[in-house]
Amino acid sequence: MTGILSLTIFSPLIGVAALLVLSQFGGSRDAAGVNNAARWIALGTTLATFALSILVVAKFNPHIAGFQFVEDVDWFGGWRYRMGVDGISVLFVLLTAFLLPLCVVASWNSIDKRVIEYMIAFLVLEALVIGVFCALDIIVFYVFFEGQLVPMFLIIGVWGGKNRVYAAFKFFLYTLLGSVLMLAAILVMAGVAHTTSIPDLLNYHFDPKLQIWLWLAFFASFAVKMPMWPVHTWLPDAHVEAPTAGSVILAGILLKMGGYGFLRFSLPMFPSASHYFTPLVFTLSVIAVVYTSLVAFRQTDIKKLIAYSSIAHMGFVTMGIFSGNVQGEQGAIFQMLSHGVISGALFLCVGVVYDRMHTREIAFYGGLTSRMPWYAAVFLLFTMGNIGLPGTSGFVGEVLTMTGAYQASTWTAIVAATGVILSATYALTLYRRVMFGEITNPKLADISDLNWREIAVFTPLIIGALVLGVQPGLIFDVTAVSVDHLVEAYKAFGG
Amino acid sequence: MSFLDTLSVARPEVFLALASLVLLLVGAFAAPRGATLVSWLAAGALLFAAYLAATAPMGAIFNGGFVGDAASRFAKVGIYGMSAVGVILGSGWLSRLKAHQFEFPVLIVIAAVGMGMMASAGDLISLYVGVELQSLALYVLAAFRRDDAKASEAGLKYFVLGALSSGLLLYGASLIYGFAGSVRFTDIAAAAHAGVHNGVIFGLVFLIAGLGFKVSAAPFHMWTPDVYEGAPTPVVGFFGAAPKFAAMVLFARALGDAFPGAVDQWRSIIIILAVASMLLGAFAGLAQKNLKRLWAYSSIANVGYALVGLSAGSAEGYQSMLVFMVLYMVDVTGFFACLTALTRDGKPMETLEDMAGLMRERPGIALALTAFAISAIGFPPFSGFIGKVFVFRAIIDAGYSWVAVVGLVSSVVSAFYYLRLIKVMWFDATPGATDAPPVDARVIAYAAALFTLPVVILAMKGLDPLSKVAAAAFGLS
Repeated sequence: MTGILSLTIFSPLIGVAALLVLSQFGGSRDAAGVNNAARWIALGTTLATFALSILVVAKFNPHIAGFQFVEDVDWFGGWRYRMGVDGISVLFVLLTAFLLPLCVVASWNSIDKRVIEYMIAFLVLEALVIGVFCALDIIVFYVFFEGQLVPMFLIIGVWGGKNRVYAAFKFFLYTLLGSVLMLAAILVMAGVAHTTSIPDLLNYHFDPKLQIWLWLAFFASFAVKMPMWPVHTWLPDAHVEAPTAGSVILAGILLKMGGYGFLRFSLPMFPSASHYFTPLVFTLSVIAVVYTSLVAFRQTDIKKLIAYSSIAHMGFVTMGIFSGNVQGEQGAIFQMLSHGVISGALFLCVGVVYDRMHTREIAFYGGLTSRMPWYAAVFLLFTMGNIGLPGTSGFVGEVLTMTGAYQASTWTAIVAATGVILSATYALTLYRRVMFGEITNPKLADISDLNWREIAVFTPLIIGALVLGVQPGLIFDVTAVSVDHLVEAYKAFGG
Repeated sequence: MSFLDTLSVARPEVFLALASLVLLLVGAFAAPRGATLVSWLAAGALLFAAYLAATAPMGAIFNGGFVGDAASRFAKVGIYGMSAVGVILGSGWLSRLKAHQFEFPVLIVIAAVGMGMMASAGDLISLYVGVELQSLALYVLAAFRRDDAKASEAGLKYFVLGALSSGLLLYGASLIYGFAGSVRFTDIAAAAHAGVHNGVIFGLVFLIAGLGFKVSAAPFHMWTPDVYEGAPTPVVGFFGAAPKFAAMVLFARALGDAFPGAVDQWRSIIIILAVASMLLGAFAGLAQKNLKRLWAYSSIANVGYALVGLSAGSAEGYQSMLVFMVLYMVDVTGFFACLTALTRDGKPMETLEDMAGLMRERPGIALALTAFAISAIGFPPFSGFIGKVFVFRAIIDAGYSWVAVVGLVSSVVSAFYYLRLIKVMWFDATPGATDAPPVDARVIAYAAALFTLPVVILAMKGLDPLSKVAAAAFGLS
């Protein structure tokens, strides 16, 4: 099975090539025909990538802690093109490939300008994100990690809302500033350890004093990406201005790269620094959980509200990661995957009404249940998932991260638990204001319910949220061995 | 060693010098259509010189005044190749303006001889002669459109400030000669080895100031924005590439061959120049509206990055500088080829607003410009990223991590203006149709753009070992 990872990573680029051919030679047909062809090509490509990622997961052996499907090609300057997945990363590959076809379908009608370029941006983004989760060379990791800024910048800036230019610049510069510090740290690590291979670096013990600096540099990058309070301010802007599918990708996948980075680099490579900084991370996580929940409560824009709720949920993830025990790590990974499904679905829910009414003001809506019963049911399900209702996937992650944090720091878990209540407050309030009551706004009088295309988008997400909620073992079986390995190593060197 | 053997080391330069004379004759007698013929001959001669440089025997000739080694070979192939591109780009542009004169390609050939001398300089005399030969040709090129007031201003400014810097260079060189007792780099190194006299250091500072001017490092950068803005666009594309590379190689030679023992002394000066250049290039660029001016500040910042590699004072650092400069040359030539290709109603498009909506108007050129801008940010996996990683890795390994952090942060600042160019091209509405881009500029632009992304990933496999060998040839190790 060698080569399957590269095939998965670069398969979206085959679609890009097809789209480029289409843009060059599709001129004889009318614009609508070309756009439709572009959509079908993108859908076919993302589905093919999804099939490949399922193959990867199916062939993945969950009883081995190390990296699998390893590919290793010499590049230059001592760097190697090295790819592989372990129990921590393989599911993120699946999540990415799972969400992309949904994004394409969700943009089917809402994007009608520059469709080819839009689909190219998405496919390039997919290739880069999958690459991030597979990279086993730290320079190659950086290339993929950083590379996704440009397509995302264009997605926000070209197809975004009114304030898109500001949001795109903020997104780009914020993330870039964090990343270049990580690049400096990467170069220091390569200089000290004389290797850029991630498996080798995982076994290299850096000097504890140096670890502090390296940890801080990596933290600058991942905390912005995550995002953690107080460097989260780019996220609400980026979300609000991005097109629906852009928000789905951003919340569903790009944020997860921060958490993945903590799991892959910060914790195992700098264990003593991670231990040293755990109180800081806990504090920031708890602030994120409580403060951004309160901020979310005050939002008047549906998308912004969900964006803030994402930050709060990422607070649980960082808390779980740095609790340094199996429950915490498992919970954090689960929470990330679950959040990928649920927040993606919530942004798609916003997209449904936005496509119809072209506004996201909460006050504009009200009483949608009577006109859109199916939509109301779907939105309710994902609202419950967002709150963390038992039976949905959101519950498992929150409970486990809090269990893990409880063992590490009781107070952290107690304060974070209030976040669960707060999330119920803002999510249910949002639901009440948008869905219940009488329709007072005459413009909503003939709003239509979900169409077949939208139902097709939501069905896999509903299945995902429910299956993970009642059968979380599906995830834990895959991650268990790798997480045990990670935690043991962390305990041995971190304290 | 017979005289002919001796000359064979300098084969490419001898050939080019003779070629420039022949080309002058051809130009004078083949009028009026001679200019085009001379251009193609000059481009061919330069490419042939690149081949000669790659195959010329190595050794030090004329009592060590002229050195042929792996470093000069590496540099000359790049210099002559880029000069050939400059000839093609500039001649096409001039003939479209109906202002084509055969002196243009000849001047580039003469400048190329000077640059070859710089890359091979083994003593202070050939250093100075090379620099002057190149500079005098460049002064004329900057003011080549003599009916254009801005171009004349640029040329004059360049000449006056260039003469000043040559004076500094010469003063430094004479001080070094006076205190070290020799003009030859190897002898100076030996003299300095026994203990560096303060007079030599004093001279070294002047030498660095003079060379800093030639590479346009801050605080000796004042001429750059004006010259870039005033000089003809394709000429700027030539200026920004080969002469910068030659000057950086000369810089590396003067410091590495003549002062290998005084690394600690010159490193601190170079770091100051590098940090000042990176910060100035990043911050001053924020206020620019004219793209040529903007890219002048960008070139100042990029010279700063190259100097970071130099300041590492190790073979690794020298290699990083060579790699960085080669990748940068391709970027900058491609960028100015794009600008050369773009006109609206016959007027050149030089400001940010002119680029509005270019993505819909000229998607090919706009994509190329996007690639150059992203590469200039230092964004992976574009060539600019690879160059930056090389220099920062070298300086970090030399133990100066803070310089790398300053450089990386300044690259984030400069990202703002590169992004603004992308934003204007992709997000904004176009003010009107552009003229069809000429073939020559378009081909050069596309080739350079393809190099910055997919090709560089493979090209590095060759460039990395070649540059390593070249860097090992310098006196440092």
